[in-house]
Amino acid sequence: MNQNVNLAGHGSPVGVDIKGVNLSFGSTHVLKGIDLQIKPGEFFAFLGPSGCGKTTLLRLIAGFESCQSGEVLIGDRDVAHLPPWRRDVGMVFQSYALWPHMTVRRNVAFGLEERKFPRAEIGPRVEAALDLVGLLELAERRPSQLSGGQQQRVALARTIVVEPQVLLLDEPLSNLDAKLRIQMRRELRLLQRKLSLTTIFVTHDQEEANTTSDRIAVIEQGIIQQVGSPMELYDQPANLFVANFLGVANVVAGTVSQEGDGLSFRSDDGAVTVALSAAGQGPRSIVFRPQNLTIQPAGQPAPEGLTELAGKVSHMEFLGSVVRYQVTVGPHFLLVDSAHQKGVVPMEEGTDVNLFINNELVIDLPN
Amino acid sequence: MISEIRKHPGQMAVMVLITLFLLAFLVVPVVQVVFVAFMDATTGGFTLLNFKDFFSTALFRESFWNSIYVGGMSVLLASAFAMPLAYFTSRFEFRGGVIIQGLGIIPLIMPPFVGAVAMMMIFGRNGSINLLLEEFLGINIPFMEGLNGVILVESVHYFPFILINLSAALQNIDRAMEESAQNLGCSGMRLYRRIVLPLAMPGYVAGASLVFLKVFDDLGTPLLLNVNNMLAPQAYLRIASIGINDPMGYVISVILVVIAMASMWLAFLALKGKDYATVQKGGGGLAKRRMRPIEMFFAWIIVLIIMTLVLAPHIGLSMLSLGTIWSYSVLPDAFTLDHFRAIFSETPEYMTNTVLYSALAGGIDVILGTAIAYIVLRTKLVGRQWLDYIAMSAVAIPGLVIGIGYLRTFFDVEVPGMDGQSFATWWVAIVIALAIRRLPYALRACSAALTQVSVSLEESAENLGANKLKTVYRIVIPLMAGGILAGFVTSFATAAVELGMTLMLVSKNADGPLAYGIYVYMQSAAGRGPGAALGIFAVLVVGLCTFISHVYVDRRQRALGMKRDD
Ligand SMILES: Nc1ncnc2c1ncn2[C@@H]1O[C@H](COP(=O)(O)OP(=O)(O)O)[C@@H](O)[C@H]1O
Ligand SMILES: [Mg+2]
Repeated sequence: MNQNVNLAGHGSPVGVDIKGVNLSFGSTHVLKGIDLQIKPGEFFAFLGPSGCGKTTLLRLIAGFESCQSGEVLIGDRDVAHLPPWRRDVGMVFQSYALWPHMTVRRNVAFGLEERKFPRAEIGPRVEAALDLVGLLELAERRPSQLSGGQQQRVALARTIVVEPQVLLLDEPLSNLDAKLRIQMRRELRLLQRKLSLTTIFVTHDQEEANTTSDRIAVIEQGIIQQVGSPMELYDQPANLFVANFLGVANVVAGTVSQEGDGLSFRSDDGAVTVALSAAGQGPRSIVFRPQNLTIQPAGQPAPEGLTELAGKVSHMEFLGSVVRYQVTVGPHFLLVDSAHQKGVVPMEEGTDVNLFINNELVIDLPN
Repeated sequence: MISEIRKHPGQMAVMVLITLFLLAFLVVPVVQVVFVAFMDATTGGFTLLNFKDFFSTALFRESFWNSIYVGGMSVLLASAFAMPLAYFTSRFEFRGGVIIQGLGIIPLIMPPFVGAVAMMMIFGRNGSINLLLEEFLGINIPFMEGLNGVILVESVHYFPFILINLSAALQNIDRAMEESAQNLGCSGMRLYRRIVLPLAMPGYVAGASLVFLKVFDDLGTPLLLNVNNMLAPQAYLRIASIGINDPMGYVISVILVVIAMASMWLAFLALKGKDYATVQKGGGGLAKRRMRPIEMFFAWIIVLIIMTLVLAPHIGLSMLSLGTIWSYSVLPDAFTLDHFRAIFSETPEYMTNTVLYSALAGGIDVILGTAIAYIVLRTKLVGRQWLDYIAMSAVAIPGLVIGIGYLRTFFDVEVPGMDGQSFATWWVAIVIALAIRRLPYALRACSAALTQVSVSLEESAENLGANKLKTVYRIVIPLMAGGILAGFVTSFATAAVELGMTLMLVSKNADGPLAYGIYVYMQSAAGRGPGAALGIFAVLVVGLCTFISHVYVDRRQRALGMKRDD
């Protein structure tokens, strides 16, 4: 993208407040008591599996849906009674929704024309926006003559040219191929910083959310599961759904009970026992990441202060930087990552092994 | 409901206006006709007596069975024309395929009654063919005697409906359907009977019931061939000779409507839930093979015979329009342009009226069609679906019945400020009736066009600051333009040659459109030349409009990337 920007960001960025929103389509309750505060200038992601209500929430902010209860504030202003064309939130549609009967230039000029900008001002602004996304040469083309990535940039230019208060992106990268996706998400992030535009990004891809966003709201079945920075969500998931949705997790169900001075977790079958500084007692699950475990062939000396589990390698996958073992411990299949170095021969399937967990890294969560 | 009105007062107002229009000019007149059919003329109470009278009169019983017979025979003959053609194009690599596809537009550009007299000149007892047959073989074949003539004219004219539907059904069968049957050991006639026919059947039934419906309702062809013992002519003659209070016209109208609805229902049932568009990615239609030379020879012979038959009305009409005297001879005595001069100098009003009426009717249709399509597909107004049903129901109402309904309903309604002018006989009534009758075609075209416009294209305009009206104007209408134009042309073209309704509503020659003019001219031997010239004019106008709009729509769709070259 061209770095010579003369397209100013919006005066000062505004926040978005969503308070107690409930939304149903007929008898399907799609959004259930959503509360969210998106800070001015923040890059915020809605992350969740397909069908969880992300698009609906985004469309509610844009004014295409209306909620049965709750309110949406954009920059402290209740927008319930504003139709979409008065909201001043720019939305980039998943399908891009470029108008096929207009050239790229006319597409981009549309919002300015609707805002009654003087003609003399529209031209340079359109040029600046197209320049920003690097498509100035293609201004006279029709959308059908552009590639997917180019269409995506036009859609973006068309939205940011009107300098909306908030930018909404609905899975903007999902129609691009893998390589372009990585490039575009970097460009999006750079652009957002440059314009310091409050941005809401919808995606079902955790990697996309992690790499772009300041904060993420994880949504499942119309309920916000957790809000936090990518690292917080990964390191301190609030529940099993979040733990499983972000990254790979080993989950073992069992019970936490008093044992001596401290608490201890014991899996239902007894195969896994870990001493914990747990938050609660009773039926709970523990979660630990594959890289939290170390793996050794049986019979080697155990490292100090770690919990030991005995098992057998049942499967091995080579992922490049790591080798991922699946180890059978009692009835459990645990995943273990072991950093790979050139020349190291991996353990074969069927090898008896010992696993070691650092108790500090084990998270315990309610079932 | 109340909150709907408050939220979208504009949309609601438009819907109410359209509903009132449809009620006044479609529902009320038709209900009126049904009402009178079941009404005791003296007491005004409910009675079945009219129907009893109908079925106890020999002439009416005969007319009823004649109409059924003609409808059925026309379907059979039309199938005989259509099936070989569909077979050749879908199973073989056959060059004639393009010509055959081109036949599809014939019923659109010229209604059968226009060519009826021309067919008489060619196939009649003293027509070209029989004169030749008598000279060389000494025989005379009664192609055009009585009901035969109606059957021949109608089937020559309407067989493309079967051809199109059947070809579409055959082309939609995926090659894999056939190949998997072969793979499982089924071939030859068994394959045909078990796979191909069942898959093609719905298309055939849909086409056949459409043909039956068209033939059953047709008024112009039997009248021009002087066959009066059929239902539609009887209804017309009763009303025209006895008056609008004679119940028999209404009884016949009810029967026409019921039969029309039954055939539409049959077509609907045939196609319902049988969306046999089985062509999948990487597939194609049925496997086509090359013909052997001998097969090719016979195929061409059959195609040429059918082509000649199909073009006979057009050839005959051309010769009539250009010939001086054509009587008891194979060809006209000499050729002249006098008939064309005559229609332009003596009765230019037929042409100007037609352009005026059809353009107005087409305009009304696309405005209503666009508005109804938008309301149905894009708003949440209560009852919007009913708007669609009512507008579409006009498809099952014969023009004759609408004409009778208008006379009955509006005869006593005076046009304000026009000194005793009855609304029913005012030219504006003709325009409105044409618009109502052609609305279903325009509405389907508009709906199809709007369906193609993704909702997100509208939402993105709203998101960028355009309100609903602005969005409709800047995004929806431009994107629908192709469909709207196609709808306009279809309405325009078919309105230009509508006869049944026009015959009922035209009160003086000066108000008559083309179809009426052709009918009036063709009544007398001397008028055949100018009548045919009018017919040729109609064919040219309609054909040209259809062609231009087709080219335009196609170009536009390609330019917008909505259609790819394939
Ligand atoms: N207009 C609608 N009418 C009825 N149900 C809808 C509508 N839009 C979305 N839904 C339903 O709401 C749920 C959430 O949809 P959506 O917000 O599109 O999910 P996401 O974008 O997270 O994949 C889905 O179950 C979907 O079927
Ligand atoms: Mg979505």
